[in-house]
Order: sequence, then structure tokens, then C-alpha cells
Amino acid sequence: MKRLGGIFWGLLFLAVPVLGVATFAIAPSIDVWLPKDVSVHGREIDALFYFILALTGVVFIATELLLFWFIWKYDAAARGDEKATYIQGSHTLEVVWTIVPAATLLFLAIYQMNAWANVKMRRPDMPPTVEVVARQFEWRLRYPGRDGMLGTPDDLHLVNDLHLPVDEDILVQLKSMDVLHSFFLPNLRIKQDAVPGMKIPVWFKATETGSWDIVCAELCGWGHYKMKGRVTFVSRPEFDSWLVRKYAEQEATQPAPEPSGTLVTN
Amino acid sequence: MSTVTAPVTIGQDHVPVRKPHPVLTFLSTYVFSKDHKVIGLQFLFSTLVWFLIGGLLALAVRWQVAWPWSDVPVVGKLFAQEGGQMAPEFYTMLFTMHATVMIFLVIIPILAGAFGNFLIPLMIGADDMAFPTLNMLGYWFMWPAFIAFGASFFVEGGAASGGWTSYPPLSTNIAASPGAGWGQTLWLLGLTFVGVSSMLGSVNYMTTIILMRAPGMTMFRLPMTIWAMFITAILQAFALPVLTAAGFMQLADRMFATGFFSPEGSIINNAVAGPGGGQPLLWQHLFWFYSHPAVYIMILPAMGMVSDILTCFARKPLFGYRPMVYSVAGIAGLGFIVWGHHMFMSGMNPALGITFMVSTMMIALPSAVKTFNWLGTVWGGKIQFTTSMLFALSFVSMFIIGGLSGIFMAATPVDIFIHDTYFIVAHFHYVLFAGTAMGVWAAIYFWFPKMFGRTMNEFWGKVHFFLTFIFLNGTFFTMHILGAVGFPRRLADAYHYETFHHLQPMNAFMTYCAMGMVACQVVFAINFFWSMFYGPVAGRNPWNANGLEWTAPSPPGHGNFDFQPVVYRGPYEYSVPGVEKDHLMQTDPPNVAAAAAAATHH
Repeated sequence: MKRLGGIFWGLLFLAVPVLGVATFAIAPSIDVWLPKDVSVHGREIDALFYFILALTGVVFIATELLLFWFIWKYDAAARGDEKATYIQGSHTLEVVWTIVPAATLLFLAIYQMNAWANVKMRRPDMPPTVEVVARQFEWRLRYPGRDGMLGTPDDLHLVNDLHLPVDEDILVQLKSMDVLHSFFLPNLRIKQDAVPGMKIPVWFKATETGSWDIVCAELCGWGHYKMKGRVTFVSRPEFDSWLVRKYAEQEATQPAPEPSGTLVTN
Repeated sequence: MSTVTAPVTIGQDHVPVRKPHPVLTFLSTYVFSKDHKVIGLQFLFSTLVWFLIGGLLALAVRWQVAWPWSDVPVVGKLFAQEGGQMAPEFYTMLFTMHATVMIFLVIIPILAGAFGNFLIPLMIGADDMAFPTLNMLGYWFMWPAFIAFGASFFVEGGAASGGWTSYPPLSTNIAASPGAGWGQTLWLLGLTFVGVSSMLGSVNYMTTIILMRAPGMTMFRLPMTIWAMFITAILQAFALPVLTAAGFMQLADRMFATGFFSPEGSIINNAVAGPGGGQPLLWQHLFWFYSHPAVYIMILPAMGMVSDILTCFARKPLFGYRPMVYSVAGIAGLGFIVWGHHMFMSGMNPALGITFMVSTMMIALPSAVKTFNWLGTVWGGKIQFTTSMLFALSFVSMFIIGGLSGIFMAATPVDIFIHDTYFIVAHFHYVLFAGTAMGVWAAIYFWFPKMFGRTMNEFWGKVHFFLTFIFLNGTFFTMHILGAVGFPRRLADAYHYETFHHLQPMNAFMTYCAMGMVACQVVFAINFFWSMFYGPVAGRNPWNANGLEWTAPSPPGHGNFDFQPVVYRGPYEYSVPGVEKDHLMQTDPPNVAAAAAAATHH
């Protein structure tokens, strides 16, 4: 039974594509998969994810099966006195497997540029809806007041509880007070580092109402794990009345809101 | 120079004189040795010890991710204030130091330091490195690094905890993080010493490979291991100065408040921070300008060694030798212009992101060419399932996964979602652990007979391979789908988020697998040390391989060869038709080959 070793190792390498595909096939049904997307641009990102998954999946299965087949077939114990085939290469094959992946990769690179530009380069021409200032370990929010301008005395200041209108273009002005942070909205397929000294615009548009996590995705210190916020999308009328209510609460509890950038004592 | 020494030649065969090596004391043989093989083994033993430390740090990280805030068994009492519970700042220190140890004290020195040192002179037919004293210094410069990194665990505030990337201002301001005190200073010093050591090594490797090849060893007769080491050395030499400069700038920021990386008007922990005038993104550019090429420094030598091992145990020539060389060079060249893909979400100009996206996509091409050529090498072979071969085959199988998952992150729009999630953690562990570490094991089992004159036990080697293979996939493959949920890396406890609260059982599974993965290395450790003294004695060429190193005694003495090797052919002449034996060594003279051919035709 000299072949037994070859069979065993062959099957082990066959398990890689089998279990690999199985893991990805089962993942959505056990809810270990892309979280629900509620943004307009997220569809493009998810579609691209699935496209690359299919493409790499085919290459993964094909190459792993080939490797398995060669291990299975060319086991020395099964080849007896026969010598290995003396081949030093093939110019044709080299050309084929250079040009085909090169063309595929180049296509992929060009194909996705549009999606990237939509999320990061085609900034809507509007004043910021809200300013998000990251700080160890919370998200400080500032809404422009009735005058529509940030940095005036009627600004509304809140922490971690981001409310936004649904079905509207949102422009967030992202800043950091201390170290690097990253503004990560899993359900909106948004991620952008907040960098001290920089004002970075972030825009998106939600398609349905609901409340979702805000996660910090860039290491910001010992409390990184607890830098949690919530983003809630509501209808425009609800949003307006929420703003009015919150502003009234602020006026009642905190008559002179401190302008951002000064020392905070707590 | 006023005197010129005329080259001494022995009349007849123009064979250069081999200077006899002086008799050495114990200290100069085993400790302050200038012999490349001893230095290589010193690197090997040191890095294996750090590999164990890095592995244990990883287990502690996994413990916290799987069961946050629960008492750490056994060792918990050593570091916890009360009970055995881990503090969040301790957790950030753990993953920072796990990565630091694994990258700077294990992977880079084990590839270039241990195998580069041991193999380069042997495989090119030289009696030692070009600069033996420099080589010895290269090893001893690792010790200040060992001490700096090791001691940093015990200083006030603990070791560095700003992530292995040490992004300022978190790493430069003590108010931002307790690890940004002495811990970070020692981290930067340690990094500098590792850099000096690497630089001494790479200068030496380049010189040796260019100048000291045996007669007949043309560049295109070099084994892939040597090509990979050569190109890696070039990468090191060109990229390292940037990291060293950046390290000193960060050190200056911390010691002299220069503010290279600190912006104006920051308020850290309710106090106005630093003088300002700098840019945090500058550090990221400088750091990744080195650390992305370093990613290839961490895999190219393994790729080279795996190519040699695959051909030997498939008994076949390497498929496409020249394309393999060109693709290593291609990876190295492109490797210098892709660093920005670490910064897609950093606030860097998104238009610049597009440029980096295109170059990053294209770097997948040489990797694909290499993979296809490895498959071509196995195809039609006569595979011997030695432990070394199994590790080499698994390198190919796992590198396919690590290579393909990279395409997701290269696609900038998809990267928006998976950046800094477990998807990237899966990706680089498939490349660095399932790739490089498996390649290193393949190399250890393969060259062990040359190092110690004895072979390792094959049965226990296969047990070690099987368990490592199963557990590594259990640990790391699941990270892909965790990343698909957006599960962020570096969080001490993510389960209070609605999006991630249901992922604890999966993380517990991964931690069990990680424990198994570390535990089964006991099999390796026992096999390694037992075989060193009691393993079956290996001859000069136990695997019937072709390289020059297999013509030297096992283990080779100081000065390596007991004859002058002369090279007549490339390193991959296996199963040559018309030749009776199934391999022609690089030193087999053509008339021997012809005679053998004639004998078979007879």
C-alpha cells in the first residue's frame, strides 16, 4: 500500500478548496456576512465585492483543484520506474498566463474607478450637514443652527448620537481633536480616517430609516474599543423637530455652549 | 595603497588558493564567530525563541478577543491588577508587540539572517561571505534590539501600544497612550538596531552574490533562493534608510518636541499638545515607503526556497526559470510604488489613491505568474511526500488564498468597507504565516541535514505539518468572513456593537484553533532538538538534490567546501532524458553526464 500517503495528502489539499468554498457558502446563512446596506453608493461597493469574489473564487477553485490533481496523479509511489517529465517551461503558456491576468487586473482597476470617485471624489456642492469631531473616546457632533453655518453661537452640540435625514445627500465634515480615528459606518459602507489638523469631507445618502452603529476603525488608544456611536436616519420633518427639541434641551442645560477647540474640563 | 598584492595562482587548473582557516577557540567558534553558517544558526535559534514569544503574545490577544474581560488562565496573575483580567491598554500593547516581534525579530531575520547567511555562500560555491566581520556585527546588532524590545515590557507604562505601525500622534504623545512613554522610545531604538543589522546583512549579501560565485556559476545558473535573497537585499538597502530617517524623526518628536508629525492645535487628553506644524500623514508615507517593500522582504526569500524544494521533490526542472526570476524582480520594482494602498482611507488625496490602486492591482500579476509556474513545476513530476515537500506544497496552496484576498483590498471601493477589519488580518496571516512560516518550515526540514549533519524525523515532521495545516486554516480562514461583517481589528471588545455582538462563538472557535496551532509546535521543538543529536546521520546529499551546498560535507566545516566547486549547469537538471540517475548536480562535469548518457544507451 505505497499509495496510501499520496491519497491522504491529496485529500488534505483537496479539502482546501472544498472547505474554503463551503465556508463562504454557509457564512451568509449564519449571518456572518456583509451587514445590511442602507446607502445609495453601497450597492456599487457590494456589487464590486461580489464580482471580485466570483472572479477570485473561480481562480481559487481552479488553481487549488489543479494542485490537488497534480499531487494525486504524480505521486512518485504511483509512477513506478517512470521518470518525471523533463520540461523547462513553455513560452506560450508564460505569455498566456501573463497577458490574461494582466488584462483582467487592468480591467478591474479601470472598472472600479467610477465607484471610488462617487464615494471619495465627487463631493456634493453643499454646506456641511454636520461636523463630526473625533476625540479619545467619543464622537463630538456639531450641527449648524438656524443660520446654516458652523461655528456660530446657535450651533447644536451633541455626543455620539448622530441623527440625519433619510433620502438626502449628507455632507459630514470630519475632524479629530487629538489622535487618528476612523469614522466607520458598516451599514453605509463608509470609512474615513479622522486626522488631527485636517478637515475631511465625507458624503453619503441613506435609503431607509433606522439606527446603526458608528465604529472607530483606527487604533486610537486604550479605549478604542468603546468609541461607539449611533447614527439614526429619520424623515425630514422628524429630523427638523428633533433638531428643535435638542436645541431647546441644550439651551436649558447649557446656556453658553463652549466653542470647540478650547480646553474641556471634566 | 602603496603595495599591490599579486593574485596567487596554482599553476595547472587556475583554481584560486583556498586560505586555510585558523584554529579557533570556543568563543570565536560558537559565539563571536565570523563563519556564515554559525551566524546563520545564531540567527535561527534567536528567531525561533522570539517566534515562541510572539506566538504566546498572539494567544493572549486571541484570549481577549474570544472571551473579553474574563480571567486569563495561569499567567493572568502576573500582569493583572485584580484577578486575572486583562486591561484594555494591556491588550493594545499585546497586539502591538505581537506584530513587532513577529515582523522585526522573526520573519525578517529568519529569512535574511538565518537562511540568507547559511545558504548564500554554500549555494554559490563561496567559502564565506565577502565581509565576515560585518556579518558577525550584523548578528550582534540584533542584541540591542532584543534587549530594547524585551526590556520595554517592564518599563513604566509598558511596551509600545500604538500598533506596530506606530502612527503619531498616538505614539508620540504620552498623554494619548501610556505605551507612548519609555515603551515607544525603546521600540524606536529596537527598530533602528534591527535596521542596522539588516543593512549590514544586505550589503554583504549583494557583494557576496555579485563577486564570490564559483567558477561557472553565472547569474542565470543561480538557484531561485539566491535570486530571491539578492533581490531582497537590494530592496532592504534602498528602502531601509527611509524607515531609519522616519524613526529618528519620531524619536526627535518625542525627545525634542520637533513636531514633524504633530499638527497645530491638537488637544490630547484635555491638554494642548506639542508645538505643531507637522503632519501625521507624513509618518504614514515614510513608514509604508519602507514597510510595503518590507512585505516582499518577508516573502520573496520564502518563495525562492520553496521553488528549490518543489523542484527537488517533484524531480523536475523549475517551470519557467527566467520568468520566475523576472517576476521576483517585477515584484520588487512594483513594490516600491504601491505603499499608498495602506493609506486609501487615511485622508490622502483620493486621486492619488487611484494611482496606487492601479499599481497595486498590477503587482498581483508577477505573483500570479509565480503561482502558475509552481503549478507547472509540480505537473508531470514524480512527487516525494517528504515533510519538507508538504510544507512547500502548502505554501503554494496558501499563497493562492493570500494572493487572491489581496485583490479585494486593492479594489479601493471594496477597501472602504474591509479596511482595518479582520479581512486584512486574514490576508496578511495567509501571506506571512501560511505563506512565509510554512516556507520556513519547509526550508528547516530541507536544510536541517546540512546544518547539523542529521535528518529530522519524518513521521513526527508530518504530524507537525498536518496539525499546523489544519489549525492554521481553522484560525485564519474564518477571519475572511468575520471581515465581511466588518469586524474591526484591534478592538479589545467588539461585542457591545449591535453589528458584531453575535460573533463571539466564531472568535472562540478561532482561539481554540490558535491554541492548537501553538501547542502542536511542541512536536516540532522536540523533533528539532532530538534530531540534532540523535537523528539518522545524513550524507552530503540526502535528498539527491542538485545545488552546490549538497556537494559540501554535512555539516560543512569552516571554509565550506573540501574541493573547489566548478559549475557546469543550472540548478534544476532533474530527470534529464538519457541520463541514468534522475538528477545532474551543478558540479557534475559534462563528460560524466555524457558518459552516463552513453551508459544508458548501451
